[in-house]
Amino acid sequence: MADLRCTIAGVKSPNPFWLASAPPTDKAYNVVRAFRAGWGGVVWKTLGEDPPIVNVSSRYGAVHFRGHRMAGFNNIELITDRTLEVNLREITQVKRDWPDRAMVVSLMVPCEEASWQAILARVEATGADGVELNFGCPHGMSERGMGSAVGQVPEYIEMVTRWCKQHTRMPVFVKLTPNVTNILAPARAAVAGGADAVSLINTINSITAVDLDRMAPEPVVNGKGAHGGYCGPAVKPIALCMVAEIARDPDCAGVPISGIGGIETWRDAAEFMALGAGSVQVCTAAMHYGFKIVEDMNDGLANWMDDKGYATLDGFRGAAVGNYTDWGKLDMNYDIKARISDELCIGCGLCHIACEDTSHQAIRFTQDAGKRRFTVIDADCVGCNLCMHVCPVEGCITMEEVSEGRPYLTWAAHPKNPQNLKAAE
Amino acid sequence: MGEGADIRGGRLPAAAYDENFADLQPPLARQEAVVEAARCYFCYDAPCVQACPTGIDIPSFIRKIQTGNLKGSALDILEANIMGGTCARVCPTEVLCEEACVRTVQEGKPVRIGRLQRYATDALFATGIQPFSRAASTGRRIAVVGAGPAGLACAHALARRGHDVVVFERRAKAGGLNEHGIAAYKMANDFAAREVAFILGIGGIELHLGQALGRELTLDALRRDHDAVFLGVGLGTTNRLGLAGEELEGVLDAVDFIEELRQSPDKATLPVGRHIVVIGGGNTAIDIAVQTKRLGAETVTLVYRRGAGEMGATGHEQEIAQLNGVLIRHWARPVTLEAAGGRVAGVTFEHTRLDAGGRLEGTGERFTLAADQVFKAIGQKLLADELAGSGLAIEAGKLRVDDELRTSLDGVWAGGDAVAGQDLTVAAVEDGKRAARSIDRALGN
Repeated sequence: MADLRCTIAGVKSPNPFWLASAPPTDKAYNVVRAFRAGWGGVVWKTLGEDPPIVNVSSRYGAVHFRGHRMAGFNNIELITDRTLEVNLREITQVKRDWPDRAMVVSLMVPCEEASWQAILARVEATGADGVELNFGCPHGMSERGMGSAVGQVPEYIEMVTRWCKQHTRMPVFVKLTPNVTNILAPARAAVAGGADAVSLINTINSITAVDLDRMAPEPVVNGKGAHGGYCGPAVKPIALCMVAEIARDPDCAGVPISGIGGIETWRDAAEFMALGAGSVQVCTAAMHYGFKIVEDMNDGLANWMDDKGYATLDGFRGAAVGNYTDWGKLDMNYDIKARISDELCIGCGLCHIACEDTSHQAIRFTQDAGKRRFTVIDADCVGCNLCMHVCPVEGCITMEEVSEGRPYLTWAAHPKNPQNLKAAE
Repeated sequence: MGEGADIRGGRLPAAAYDENFADLQPPLARQEAVVEAARCYFCYDAPCVQACPTGIDIPSFIRKIQTGNLKGSALDILEANIMGGTCARVCPTEVLCEEACVRTVQEGKPVRIGRLQRYATDALFATGIQPFSRAASTGRRIAVVGAGPAGLACAHALARRGHDVVVFERRAKAGGLNEHGIAAYKMANDFAAREVAFILGIGGIELHLGQALGRELTLDALRRDHDAVFLGVGLGTTNRLGLAGEELEGVLDAVDFIEELRQSPDKATLPVGRHIVVIGGGNTAIDIAVQTKRLGAETVTLVYRRGAGEMGATGHEQEIAQLNGVLIRHWARPVTLEAAGGRVAGVTFEHTRLDAGGRLEGTGERFTLAADQVFKAIGQKLLADELAGSGLAIEAGKLRVDDELRTSLDGVWAGGDAVAGQDLTVAAVEDGKRAARSIDRALGN
């Protein structure tokens, strides 16, 4: 059986599945239930300075997609609404009772060195394994100059990270907001400030829906709505891209990454780890289904690793990073054509109409003796994959390589590149 | 065969009747409908549409359920089939749209098109909205004989085009077989009558009840007094077994019994035997078998002269019968109606098989089933009295029509069960719709 033990920035856990800083990690009761269920660690819901914040109701909005609940999810909840004292006491107790689990404490205080110094000392006294600086929260706290208000200014990230590194011996994770134009700027700032790891993504500015009766954005709080932080399965592609950007960036110098964003299954986790994440954090999936989902995450990942021959997480961590490149480095001689299996085809015609209406008119529709047939016109097929994606039958449309051994050719060297035309003149 | 038939009403506790004659399939709840609608692939040139006799744009109405555009969804259905509500309940979808559904090919589980159609049409009816209106009056006046699916569909389509329509119906109530012939649990909560009210709600349709051809009406007079005539008279009578004893007490016509059942507000009043034999293999045979079982009959045996595959009732209908405890026996034909005390006491059957030429023959082996009631359900036919002397050409027992549903007489169209084609509500509606189009053209509009 594969070994799922995980070490990231010196923090150890029996598996790479942590609960992200969020309602599921707000208090000992939940965290103990999570540990009993098998979660490898938690990032305790963000602590702030007393007096605690006050929340509104409601707090959540959701995108339900064609009958599937919570394909996307957002929240306008703030950091913990309990006193620092209570939280610290519980953290101490839980860490004492569950010494093998990762206990990282999320923090958010005003941008003053004394504030950070004071809270760090108190967290360190709990025996926690590390801290995570919440520079990501995009709603509410950002209006008070914290959360993403810090995360959107690389200089602040670097400054606060440096303070924290000076004032604690605990590993410092910096949680990044995706609400920026280029994730590398804040990531590099964290690295420059001495961060031991970065965690990303935090939630994305969002309005999940508009209530067309009340004419207000959801979730509606007494007739009005504010933007919330978007998460859940829908954000995974955005998170994967940001994780990969950092993983391959020489200036980020291999900073450990705790991957977050729409992770529901072991497969999602494996994808994040293949793109460089050292551990993963989960929230929405747990809030949707409860803590038990970690059982499948653990044995699903282990079974997959066994199948692939990976003995430890290091066996595949970052394995896909080298293949994440820029468009300009792709092979322009690689050619694929759609192949439609007559045997598997159920005759829905979606491939035809998608190609006919919106692409290259490369799928012919004929009927013979009542049988609906769809045939690819190779000369017109550009290998875009659209038909394969719209086809509802798995394996019915495949893409066949027809490159015929032509050499790897990038745009830079392509004869139609104006730069090359100029050079040839 | 004991003396004294056991035939009576009230075999069941009162509450059981309500349960037994409530909706066979309850309506989908909103979320069920949305999830089911999401299963539709929105096929291009969809096979289901081609399989629908009325050509309802099924992917479109299903997509509109998904987006919450229920009025648009219902109108997609009703524009093509004004009786979309009934068809959602009674269509043999398993041999029409749902058989053609690509998901049937893919996984043997079609999108439940019929259930979704009911969801959309129920939603519109629940609003009480009348979505249809009439074009400016043409001053034309058209007679429609028969207020069943064909006649009402024709009348509605003509009224929409601005014609005035007079509908004559021989029964005391409109709706045809929707009201009088279909099994009660398929048309629960008085749906047929509600649908008739919806159709008449467009205006411009006068309804005259208790008026039959060959009785109060003559075709000559109708032709004289109207710009066009549409005959949707259905099949007014039933086939006979041709056995001695067919007039015995206890030998009943399934169609008549179902009509009585449909019109009885209290099903407990219907007298039903302890042991029932049904002869026939179509939907009427299934409907009488299941309904007598649900009225409390102890055993119901349906006997059909050929095999399951040859039955007029679909596999789905046969399953309904079996799930209701009806025993179906194939390959046997009735040879003698047994009598005792002046009434029927059973039926003797002979086993059948196909001879070398593929013709049905008796094997000589016999068996007898005891019965308090014997129901005949072996098909219906045109009522000759209605048409006697009309001059209408008849072909293979049906009114002869051309591809525009014109009969052999000028200015007379016909459709529904009275003409060739599938004897289904949906086919009758399509006939009415197409005939209206043809009439409209013929009148120069």
